[in-house]
Amino acid sequence: MPENQKQSIHTKQDASAQAGASQKGVMGWVEDRFNLGGMKSFITHKQVPLHRHSLWYYLGGMTLFFFVVQVTTGILLLFYYRPSAESAFESVQFIMTEVRFGWLIRSIHSWSANLMVAGAFLHLFSVFFMKAYRKPREMTWVSGVIMLFLAMGFGFSGYLLPWNELAFFATKVGTEIVAVVPLVGKALMEFLRGGEDVTGATLTRFFAIHVAILPAIFVSLLGFHLMVVQVQGMSVPPGVEKKEKSLRYMPFFPNFLLRDLLGWIIALGCLVAIAALFPWELGVKADPFASAPAGIKPEWYFVFMFQTLKYIPARLWIVDGEIVGVLGFGLIAAAVIFVPFIHKKTDHPKTNRIFNLIGVIAIIYIIVISAISYMSVE
Amino acid sequence: MGNLMKKNIIAMLCSVSVMYISAQTNALAQDATSESPNSCIWCHQEIGDELAEPIVAMEHDAHASKGLSCVDCHGGDPTAGFDEDETAAMNPAKGYIGVPSRKEIPQFCARCHSDPNYMRKYNPRVSTDQYDRYKTSIHGQKLAQGDSKVATCVDCHGAHGVFEVNDPRAKVFAINIPQTCGNCHSDSDYMDGYGISTRQVDDFKKGVHGIALLEKGDQAAPACNDCHGNHGAVPPGVPSIGFVCGQCHLNNSELFRSSPHMQAFAEEELPECETCHSNHDIEPPTDSMIGIGDESMCIDCHSEGSTGFEVAEILHAKIDTLKQNIVEADSLVAVASRAGMEVSEAVFSLSDANQSLIKSRTMAHALSVERLDEVTKEGNTQANSALSIGIAALDELQFRRKGLALSLVFIFVLAVGVYMKIREVDKRMDV
Repeated sequence: MPENQKQSIHTKQDASAQAGASQKGVMGWVEDRFNLGGMKSFITHKQVPLHRHSLWYYLGGMTLFFFVVQVTTGILLLFYYRPSAESAFESVQFIMTEVRFGWLIRSIHSWSANLMVAGAFLHLFSVFFMKAYRKPREMTWVSGVIMLFLAMGFGFSGYLLPWNELAFFATKVGTEIVAVVPLVGKALMEFLRGGEDVTGATLTRFFAIHVAILPAIFVSLLGFHLMVVQVQGMSVPPGVEKKEKSLRYMPFFPNFLLRDLLGWIIALGCLVAIAALFPWELGVKADPFASAPAGIKPEWYFVFMFQTLKYIPARLWIVDGEIVGVLGFGLIAAAVIFVPFIHKKTDHPKTNRIFNLIGVIAIIYIIVISAISYMSVE
Repeated sequence: MGNLMKKNIIAMLCSVSVMYISAQTNALAQDATSESPNSCIWCHQEIGDELAEPIVAMEHDAHASKGLSCVDCHGGDPTAGFDEDETAAMNPAKGYIGVPSRKEIPQFCARCHSDPNYMRKYNPRVSTDQYDRYKTSIHGQKLAQGDSKVATCVDCHGAHGVFEVNDPRAKVFAINIPQTCGNCHSDSDYMDGYGISTRQVDDFKKGVHGIALLEKGDQAAPACNDCHGNHGAVPPGVPSIGFVCGQCHLNNSELFRSSPHMQAFAEEELPECETCHSNHDIEPPTDSMIGIGDESMCIDCHSEGSTGFEVAEILHAKIDTLKQNIVEADSLVAVASRAGMEVSEAVFSLSDANQSLIKSRTMAHALSVERLDEVTKEGNTQANSALSIGIAALDELQFRRKGLALSLVFIFVLAVGVYMKIREVDKRMDV
């Protein structure tokens, strides 16, 4: 080990020991062992740039807040939820009618799930337009996009869990779409469904994915994402960077964190109000032998893809239209993940304009197509 | 486009049509079973006009579809007569019968349709008693007396071009029956002299059964034949009306038979169900038909102070109370449901209460206060249960709203506190 590095470690340990020695009781005991002083020193030294786009920095924290709400309410729901075709619906009904504040917990869980996905989408677009994915933050973007896809996976798997009619048929349609993927589609569909059809086996499978597999992957990525954000700090948009030579900064702790906290408190107030005034409906229990009700639609964040698949002709030259659609969305998803590696010349105004245009078109497309789908009479 | 071209096109279309019809009839000129030439078709087609009509009609005929041909009903020799010697084909020595007179028609059809051995070949389940039953009907009796205006087989089923009964094109398909019967029975000129009303079909169309059958297309609803019979059609007599209605309204009929009305109606020669509900123009029954109100049927016979009058009043009150309880619970549960409260248990209870209300309306036919009480009690229990759930849901809703308001006040105070802190920290740190 180089001498200067050893010295640095010794200096840190000494500083920590001194801090521990200066503090008594529990805090001193903790400081002696975990060097919280170092962490505190890091946080207090971290600076957040202040400019006209700084507001967008709060979206990541907001999405994180909704995720924390999801984890908390999800754990509470687990106390009563029973993942089987025979008892899932009844257990959710029990939560909503018999368990004290069960209705509120479930309603918050459902609303917060949607707000979390919405927050993640907004965060993604804000980062996209601010070109915050440019070097050295490529992997922050990649992990963030994957987390957005995982959040959509959370939504898809969680939607089925109450085992109601709408969820059952939406899952049936959703998993059917997976089957069109060439070569592995059918196997993938059967893997997701736990058989040929959507049954109780699908429910237990989705439950495992929703409460164990996705959270494990998500939390790992989240840890990485937060770590790199802390280490690399907030990105300043290229335009701001050039124009504002003397950029102002704000300490992350406590100034930025307090603002984050204010946002979370306001979000909590809104979430509680929405959840209480518009409790998430349970609907009627799924009946696999009943015919599908009219107007089956997936969750709102899948609607633009669902509607697009409807517009693609059944046959495109010699290829099945649905295959083209599904593969097309797969390619777009991959392209979104690899944006930092596709768009490297972020200091080039022309390419920036092209990418901004692509982003605007994507937003307009998603909004317009979703609106058409919701307004169309089935 | 010039007139000449138009004429040419029309002429061309006519030629194509003639060629097509000719090809069709030529194909029919082959015996359906043996594929040998059929002189009946050949000759009738040659003569044309109304003599050719049966050929077209037979194209979709139920008999033809089973392989039967002209000769199977009319006899004769379809292999002869191609030399324009029609007597060879229509030779009585070869069994030629020709066109039966109206009086002969039932017997003509019965040659096959009354023969179980013959009919079994085509449909093992088909009944073969139509002719026997026809003879017992008013139509059959009058025909035997020489009245050829009455309906025979062909008037309802058609002669050539007969469709199976369950074929929607058949004149005897459930939805078409009122019109088929009405062809004669609604024609006042045709029915002149028989001394019966010609309003039955019009009345039927206005009644619950007619609306269900003809407007809603409910084929389970009764048509004329379900009450009057088809081949053995007669107006149901006073003693049999209860049984006729009881074919479908079984419980009502049985309860009526166990009620004090049964004997009283028999003594007064009142036509059971029809006395209160009418016959063809049956209106949807209402709860006000029972009781002592203006629309009550009971007060037509029972005057104030009589036992019947008292019972009618009690029966109405019991049904009405149950109905009111259901309405009250239903509206409360609906309010709670619209507010987003989970009230599925109350909905189940209301469904049970409504079931009891239906049962109580049926039970009213027994005219027993005790028996009705059993049913309404159960319904009231369910309605009260739904009401309690609805009240609890609305209480819970109020609790939630107050809780929400309190929470929002707390959250607001917290937010203001944090905001003040931000200002203080920003000022202190000069941000």
